[in-house]
Amino acid sequence: MVLEIILTKYNYFIYISLMALGFYGMIGKSNLIKKLIGMSVFQYSIFLFYISIADVEGGTAPILVKGEVVYVNPLPHVLILTAIVVAVSTLAVGLSLAVRIYREFGTLDENKILMGLKND
Amino acid sequence: MIELIISRIVEHAPILLIVVGLVGAFTTPLIGMIKKGLCSYWASLVSLIQLIFSIYLFYQVIRVGKISYWLGGWQPPWGIEYVVDVLNGFVLVVVSIICFSVSIYGKKSFLKEVPGKEISLYTLYILISTGMLGIVITGDIFNLYVFLEIGSLAAYALVAIGDREALVASFNYMIMGTISACFVLLGIGYLYLMTGTLNMADLSRLLPALYDKPSVLIGISLLIVGFSIKTAVFPLHTWLPDAYTHSPSAISALLSGTFTKVGIYALIRLIFTIVGLDYFIEHSNIFVFLSWVASAGIIFGSVMAIAQDDLKRMLAYSSISQIGYIALGVSLANNFSLAGGILHIFGHSVMKSGLFMVAGAVIYTTGIRRISQLSGMSRVMPYTMAAFLIGALSMIGIPPTVGFFSKYFILLGAIEAGEWVFVAVILFSSLLTAAYFWKVFEKIYFGRNGITEVNEAPLSMLLPTIVLAILSLIGGFLAPKLIDIFNLWIEGVLGVSVW
Repeated sequence: MVLEIILTKYNYFIYISLMALGFYGMIGKSNLIKKLIGMSVFQYSIFLFYISIADVEGGTAPILVKGEVVYVNPLPHVLILTAIVVAVSTLAVGLSLAVRIYREFGTLDENKILMGLKND
Repeated sequence: MIELIISRIVEHAPILLIVVGLVGAFTTPLIGMIKKGLCSYWASLVSLIQLIFSIYLFYQVIRVGKISYWLGGWQPPWGIEYVVDVLNGFVLVVVSIICFSVSIYGKKSFLKEVPGKEISLYTLYILISTGMLGIVITGDIFNLYVFLEIGSLAAYALVAIGDREALVASFNYMIMGTISACFVLLGIGYLYLMTGTLNMADLSRLLPALYDKPSVLIGISLLIVGFSIKTAVFPLHTWLPDAYTHSPSAISALLSGTFTKVGIYALIRLIFTIVGLDYFIEHSNIFVFLSWVASAGIIFGSVMAIAQDDLKRMLAYSSISQIGYIALGVSLANNFSLAGGILHIFGHSVMKSGLFMVAGAVIYTTGIRRISQLSGMSRVMPYTMAAFLIGALSMIGIPPTVGFFSKYFILLGAIEAGEWVFVAVILFSSLLTAAYFWKVFEKIYFGRNGITEVNEAPLSMLLPTIVLAILSLIGGFLAPKLIDIFNLWIEGVLGVSVW
């Protein structure tokens, strides 16, 4: 029973576990680059969720062809295209901040940066 | 011919409000290529046009009622819809007033604090104000997410322009902001999964039939947490004090006055329009939790503010406390408290932006950031300090300022709900607010520093500060009129009139 649920809805389990992983990376890691990697994983897991809800079993791309064809819902894909652009720009902002922080403080370790701030 | 053009512009005012901003942002670098100094005038011009459109829209809503604009002529729910009603018309005006006055104030302040970065700074400045106006005006929930990210990305970069510590503050802000935006995105996904629509009006029509589904509960919870991080409601406020303290002063004034207010607007829109009050009463009573958290935030912010010696940091903690008032007004969810909460959106915007402007003006002329060094400033900068006095009195809630009326209405709401603990919290926190502002007054007016010559901030910084101080004074006299206007909206969502 449980195994059946896991096997039929495995994409949702993957999305939840990726999200938890990304969240841990953002909160638990002290290296700024690792935080950013966690952030990306967190965002991509949500894209997976959107793609999963759009899927129809046996569906194809929504292109007009003759005969009875089942289409997947194209709207979530379009939404996710927007969200991917947002994710890329967030990552760009994050990485450029990390570069600036490295130049200023000479380290990417959050604890050392905070120590450096306290000593000022 | 001119009449035709004007009638066309008026017809498309809701989208032009956004288009002007987006075009303005992307032409700023071109203007900067001609002459760097022109960028600030360009930003002020764009903000002024946005202010005119906002005032026109608000006036039109009061006159004829709700405005619905279909993008590209596509009928909602298929197309994106922009909706202006009394609530967001009002928030539009508040946001664009702050954006315009800060853009004038910023010209000198940016030159002193962060010289040589005008081009990127003003591009981002127009983007953030457009993002915020977009969040407020849109009637489509995914469109709201997109504008939220436009505004947020600009905000991270603007905070990072400040001093050395601002980089770390901005990084933390970005991590928290991304978590919040992702929660919003996920919440929208769950609501879309259940209803198949993204239009707010359509969602509010379809959701009541699905109230008992767990997916709806998850979606709504994610959206509430997401917006609460953006609003900095108490336990989720951790990004706020550092970001406000270390960013350039004009940016602190902008963010404190507008961005958190836009977040709370989104929360109000979600709770009262999209989902509907019935859901929270019958299925998950989040209001009890939210109101306790909000009152904890009110006390926490005030206590932390008393402990600070950095003026900007004190104002940042005071923001957390004042946001708690608005959140309390929303979560008590009766006619008085909601009217008070909406009025406090305006009140806190003009007061807090004005106070941050004063802090920036002090840094501009003397370089002083600490409260303990402010001794005798009233003789050095008499007009700036008068603006500080009015803003602070309004923050404490002394009549006839706008702060008095908003807190009074929230207090009436707490009495009506029979929540005596919150009544005590509101009154006690007013006392704490008086305590931390008194600390500053004492230094400014009764301290001695031996300097007698007047050394005021330049006129372009002084004028917006004084205008905002006067607005917080006039707001008090206008309060009954404004609440008359909100009454229309509050009656619609609660079924009870304020009066």
